Amino acid sequence: MFIEGEKNSQTFQDSENTLKPNDELEVSKIIQDLYKNNLPTEIIGSGSKRQIGKKLQCAKTLKLSKLSGVIEYLPEELYIKVKACTPIFEIETLLKKHNQQLAFEPLDFGYMFFGESNKGTAAGHVSCNFSGSRRFKVGSIRDHVLGFRAVNGKGEIIKSGGTVVKNVTGYDLSKLICGSYGTLVALTELTFKVLPAKENSNTIVIHELSIQDAAQILNKVASSSSDVSGAVFLPTEPKIGNYNNNIEQLFKLNDLKFKGSFTAIRLEGSKKSILERLSDLNKELNLSNKKVSNLDLYQSILFWQKINNLEFFNNSKNTILRAVIPPSTCTKLINYFKNKYKYFVDWAGSLVWIEAENFAEDELFSLRNFIVNLGGYLTVIKRPHHLGSLNEIFTINLNRLNISKNIKQSFDPKGIFNPGKMYTGN
Amino acid sequence: MSELALPKVDKSTILNRDKIVSKLKRIIKSENVLDHNDEIKPYETDALSAYKQKPLVVVLPETTQEVSEILKYCNKEKIKVIPRGAGTGLSGGALPLKDSILLALGKFNKILEIDFENRCVIAQPGVTNLSITHAVQHKGFYYAPDPSSQIACSIGGNVAENSGGVHSLKYGTTSNNILGLEVVFMDGTISRLGGKTYDSEGYDLLGLISGSEGLLCVITEVTVKILKKPQTVKAALIGFPTIEDGGNCVSDIIASGIVPAGMEMMDKALIEATDNFSKAGYPRDAESMLIVELDGTKSEVDELINKVSAIAKKNNSSSLKISNNEEERLKFWAGRKAAFPACGAMAPDYYCMDGTIPRRKLSEVLKEISRLSQKYDLPVANAFHAGDGNLHPLIMFDANDKEQLEKTEQFGTDILKYCVKVGGVLTGEHGVGFEKRELMCEMFNDNDIQQQLRIKKALDSHSLLNPGKVYPILRKCAEEGRVHVHRGREKFPDIPRF
Repeated sequence: MFIEGEKNSQTFQDSENTLKPNDELEVSKIIQDLYKNNLPTEIIGSGSKRQIGKKLQCAKTLKLSKLSGVIEYLPEELYIKVKACTPIFEIETLLKKHNQQLAFEPLDFGYMFFGESNKGTAAGHVSCNFSGSRRFKVGSIRDHVLGFRAVNGKGEIIKSGGTVVKNVTGYDLSKLICGSYGTLVALTELTFKVLPAKENSNTIVIHELSIQDAAQILNKVASSSSDVSGAVFLPTEPKIGNYNNNIEQLFKLNDLKFKGSFTAIRLEGSKKSILERLSDLNKELNLSNKKVSNLDLYQSILFWQKINNLEFFNNSKNTILRAVIPPSTCTKLINYFKNKYKYFVDWAGSLVWIEAENFAEDELFSLRNFIVNLGGYLTVIKRPHHLGSLNEIFTINLNRLNISKNIKQSFDPKGIFNPGKMYTGN
Repeated sequence: MSELALPKVDKSTILNRDKIVSKLKRIIKSENVLDHNDEIKPYETDALSAYKQKPLVVVLPETTQEVSEILKYCNKEKIKVIPRGAGTGLSGGALPLKDSILLALGKFNKILEIDFENRCVIAQPGVTNLSITHAVQHKGFYYAPDPSSQIACSIGGNVAENSGGVHSLKYGTTSNNILGLEVVFMDGTISRLGGKTYDSEGYDLLGLISGSEGLLCVITEVTVKILKKPQTVKAALIGFPTIEDGGNCVSDIIASGIVPAGMEMMDKALIEATDNFSKAGYPRDAESMLIVELDGTKSEVDELINKVSAIAKKNNSSSLKISNNEEERLKFWAGRKAAFPACGAMAPDYYCMDGTIPRRKLSEVLKEISRLSQKYDLPVANAFHAGDGNLHPLIMFDANDKEQLEKTEQFGTDILKYCVKVGGVLTGEHGVGFEKRELMCEMFNDNDIQQQLRIKKALDSHSLLNPGKVYPILRKCAEEGRVHVHRGREKFPDIPRF
């Protein structure tokens, strides 16, 4: 025990090595001690995305889940300020009551990791910066964080940003903490930009397209003025291998009229506007000679929920990867591994989720190389036991690594926060 | 203007000027090293022309490699470097120091690639904001952030300042619209960050560098996202009998779930000033006026215009005009865009402030500004990017009257402090730069500032890149001035500012 006089305190610890502060001041106090005693510490919220990133070996676990609750929500100001580990579900439910939303569509990694919904906390989403299907239109999580409060690696409470969208006062640290996997600060408070929820949702599903044709359509809709807010491709292959949840099992919706691959395009807005855009897209994409289903409101919402819940990978025992690429290279990438891995394409061709059976390290190496040459990057999201100690979860070049090390040190000089979570020594 | 402290002058750099110049002439073409007084003079200030200082020497590199070599040399010899884009910044961010090399990126003026398939453009940093849109508009695309100086400001400068514009609420600022950067750090390291993909892995260096005001690295290439133009754009021009009614209308529009492409508000003083100046047909009897711009498909825009009209009526609007065509829409904007020159015509000088406030505090802040206007006995006109809460009060004064000048500075400082007090920030889009540096402690405490300074040190260990900007030099918060334009002697009098 390292906090003198608080050895048995239930306030701070529920087991010998797990620290559970009640508020920011306690977080600061604990970290000052961790700093003094050079104790490497894993920082977690609810743990829903804990498996993403390199395996950690830490003396302590700092669990921030008690920092939960809405601090301030002003719908007409379009922001919500919350304690860092407020469950994202709670935030979404509150916003929904006021016809607002987190426009980046928080993903649900629960199905993939635990076989049931677990959306995790605000801080968890910020720390990973994985955004849902609307990303190519509205930006990612990093574009929706207006400000934060946190404790750095010395135990100092720091803040950055504010509650307004237009703010250039000092460095924009709000973006820097997004996707930093808890290696820079322990977050205590977050302010998100919120946006009005659209009244209606409608989805066009084009069936039986090949990846080549689908990629062309995805590109066309992303470059159209029809304001498309979701564009995915779900194939039927591979037919071989041990993959659960093919699209027919997953999407049992009444209005899906045909089988075969799905190329799905979402329109959101008022009824009138959706009708107008549907008719525009009909002409633009020449839909009259294609097999098309149309999903209205509830089925449309359900369809995109399943996509953003990553239910495609529900309970998967395989390796799950996430590739982000320039959209024009989408077909090239799919052709590289076609019929071998299960996959789906999101963000109008910029994001490919991949599930690979019996995935070996050398396969990862070649796939990552291929993706890097396309101008993209690859992240290992879930790995089975045999890849447990995998070192290269993320893609990075040496040059960036050096810059990152310097930045890490400026926040966490002794390297006690999630050491090695992203990169060795970082 | 009152004096602001500058970083300590390195006498040895000044003494070694000849040696430095000849070394620089070996690194880059000698005609790209400007060392004569008359060649250097145009670089002595940016658009905050109240502050002037000639640098030691000006360099105009042509390649990234040259930038890298220059920085490597300066880092080794501990010579300060001030990066500069088009010099249109309003906060003194490109103000040279006596013992610094001014590194101007004017020769980086080419668009390198237009990639419609990946919906992006790769441009050198000296390319102007508007010319990116010009390069892609034939296919119906555009680059969204539109700072008012867009005909002259450079994309590299936009990234350094994280520039906004009137459409930020819906389309974001620069940092939300860039995909990649090539940058050179002070030690000469060239780094490519991001590319044609979204959300690159690792720390979000793109986000950190956007708005870092030239303190962290020199930008040598920018990849921006381009968007398809909306099918229809319409604007509504709405007058109100009181400021409160206008402010409430803004809140109600947002609360109703509408996100306008642009929403601008002006007070009576500015309505009159701009209408005299540009004959835009503004409601001169109104105490406040809104321009609400909506975009999307035709039926969607019509629907939104009806909703906005109904909300305006509910908030006692005294007049309402809808643009029937593009010409009318542009006419609505003409007056607003003439706000700065209109104020220039009314008084010898004006100060432009740039705070952002929560929208609901608008009436309160405008009342306070009006109270301060009486207290300091100086007229003020207010322009407000109501959509995103960015307020631009324009204080009118005569700089030849020393007492008025001092009062104006105090007035400006009081406004910014009030913005912070009601939950806003010091600067929405002009940057902290040189002028608002000492006000940083109004918003940040010592821990916050020390953390930011440690990041600076992490990337520029000797603090040589653009020193004396953004962060207070002195330990106490002095109270200093803002954009000052004197008798049209501003740097770019022809650029519209709004």
